[in-house]
Amino acid sequence: MHDFHVGIEHITRVEGHGNIVIDVKDGKIKELRMEIVESPRFFEAMALGRSYREVAHITSRICGICAVTHTTTSIKAIESALGFAPSEQTIRLRKLLLNAEFIQSHILHVYFLTAPDFFRVGSVFGMVKDNKETVLRGMRLKSLANDLCALVGGRHIHPITLKIGCFSKSPRPDDLAAFRERIINARPEIQETVEFFKTLKNPEFERETEYISLTNPDEYALYDGVIKSSDDGNTSPDDYIDRVKEFMVTHSTAKHAKSGKDSYMVGALARFNNNHEQLHPRAREVADELGLKHPCYNPYMNNVAQVVETVHCFEDSINLIDELLSNGIEEEKAEFTPKTGRGVGATEAPRGTLYHEHKIDDDGKITYANYIIPTGQNLANIENDLRSLVPGILHKERDDIIMDIEMLVRAYDPCISCATHLMKVKFVNE
Amino acid sequence: MTKPRVAFFSFTSCEGCQLVVLTIEEQLLDLLDLIDIVTFREAISEKSEEYDIAFVEGSITRESEIERLKTIRDTASIVIALGACATIGGVNCMKNQYEMKSVQKIVYGEMADNFDTIPARPIEEVVKVDYHIHGCPIDREEFVEVTKSLLLGKKPRIPDYPVCVECQMRENVCLFEKGMVCMGPVTRAGCKAICPTYNDGCTGCRGLIDDPNLSSHKNLLNEHGLSVEEAISQYMLFGENSKDKFK
Repeated sequence: MHDFHVGIEHITRVEGHGNIVIDVKDGKIKELRMEIVESPRFFEAMALGRSYREVAHITSRICGICAVTHTTTSIKAIESALGFAPSEQTIRLRKLLLNAEFIQSHILHVYFLTAPDFFRVGSVFGMVKDNKETVLRGMRLKSLANDLCALVGGRHIHPITLKIGCFSKSPRPDDLAAFRERIINARPEIQETVEFFKTLKNPEFERETEYISLTNPDEYALYDGVIKSSDDGNTSPDDYIDRVKEFMVTHSTAKHAKSGKDSYMVGALARFNNNHEQLHPRAREVADELGLKHPCYNPYMNNVAQVVETVHCFEDSINLIDELLSNGIEEEKAEFTPKTGRGVGATEAPRGTLYHEHKIDDDGKITYANYIIPTGQNLANIENDLRSLVPGILHKERDDIIMDIEMLVRAYDPCISCATHLMKVKFVNE
Repeated sequence: MTKPRVAFFSFTSCEGCQLVVLTIEEQLLDLLDLIDIVTFREAISEKSEEYDIAFVEGSITRESEIERLKTIRDTASIVIALGACATIGGVNCMKNQYEMKSVQKIVYGEMADNFDTIPARPIEEVVKVDYHIHGCPIDREEFVEVTKSLLLGKKPRIPDYPVCVECQMRENVCLFEKGMVCMGPVTRAGCKAICPTYNDGCTGCRGLIDDPNLSSHKNLLNEHGLSVEEAISQYMLFGENSKDKFK
């Protein structure tokens, strides 16, 4: 197909509103852009003048799907500005809650948002007829993660207990111990999940890019670490602005970002490429079973990296619960006297590295806010992937071309309401 | 009997309330025996312009959203506002205290003019709304109950009593007794007092009850060390849009 016009309006099974416009003439790409048409949210303006105590409660509302990560990152930025270090217990509970959000988000994405593509159906509901047990398994695993979020955070979407310095209420040891059993009992279903994803074949496509994630000498970095680029070393989160160069394009209400190259990738595949040796041994085995090898330059494999991370987060949660139980759990309190300062929080969200920067004054009022969202960082890279992908698939049938494009965008698990919001394909000339 | 056709739409929001709908998990499959979900961008690729019931998430913050919402109202026989952004305006309304130009400038700088925005408002300020499911986010059991009522042709029961009632039923110690502050006395119940239960003050995400005793509540907040300005700031978190009530 030498001429190909595609305009995917409001791509489905992603979080938020976005369009894809591709115009190919005589086999050459004339126009290619991913338009982000989500309404702008203006959180950085809304945070101004609010108390440091309530800002995490507000920024949680940036995103329903990664509310735990936003809340955590916001709190870390404030704690950094206050010069406060939370207790071991609080850090373990935060990590446990973050693991639960990763499982919830990854399961939602791989089972409900991307798996239907492999069966050529429009939604998970279309899979029910022939694959009901698979769908139910996905739902049970997601419920398990929801329940773990609720146990630690009060609820998953807009968690309640996460506070500056401590948790407003700690989970009871008995409940945590009972939950540990539920995870152990879910292991066969986690393995069945791995078996299921072995049967789904992702498109072959490779384009090497820069991979950015946090890294931490002590663990597979999700909760904390320094910024690692696969190209040129590490950067302190305090200096994130030197690493993440945001820029604006008129076709997107979400800001784009670049680092050393024209674009870079964040998310599960970037984390795998940067830190795979620190995954739980069982997760490393699963990566081998699923054919995910380091370094991997196929962005479609981000889905597989999410399955691998799901296994990691389940196993790591068992370890965290053991540590919490052996140290005993106390109700904690934290008091602060605000003072003028600046703080940056950097955390891995399911979709990639999230940054919150806050400045506060002596009254504890927010005087500056900046939030850099994973999907925004991926947008330029998605466009570059599409530029590289499209010329190689023009020999295919039109529907198959659209499917490859949609699947590529979906593989990034874009969350556009976060990055402000993404898309569907319709033909421009029709 | 033909199954009612149900559509989900989102405007300016975090889409968290639609995610809550997805967390009903297996019940969702049961529900699909009774309804056809014909549009739900976040979860399904199929789309339809014909539907009977529309669940609408998000507040209205752009001119283009007004037209989209009116089309939904013209098509659906029942429109349900889903979550705080749709019912009371939600956190989006916090920007309304500023000039829109300055808000655009803070976030988008020199390119501000490319990113139009209007003061945020609940959907009811644009179209007639039949029912409200409150909360940030919505409570999943309440969503199921309201949906059941609609399918049975009954009017859904939305509480008009404060969060305190549910908090007492859960035998929580009052947060004011612990020296904390709480919006529970003036906020519409239905959340089962989830925030106070987890030892965090209610922030009023479900909006005010129909006849709140605001002056008494303001005094209570003052007694607990909040200045008038701080007290109003508490009311404004989700309810900036209804600030005239607090003056």
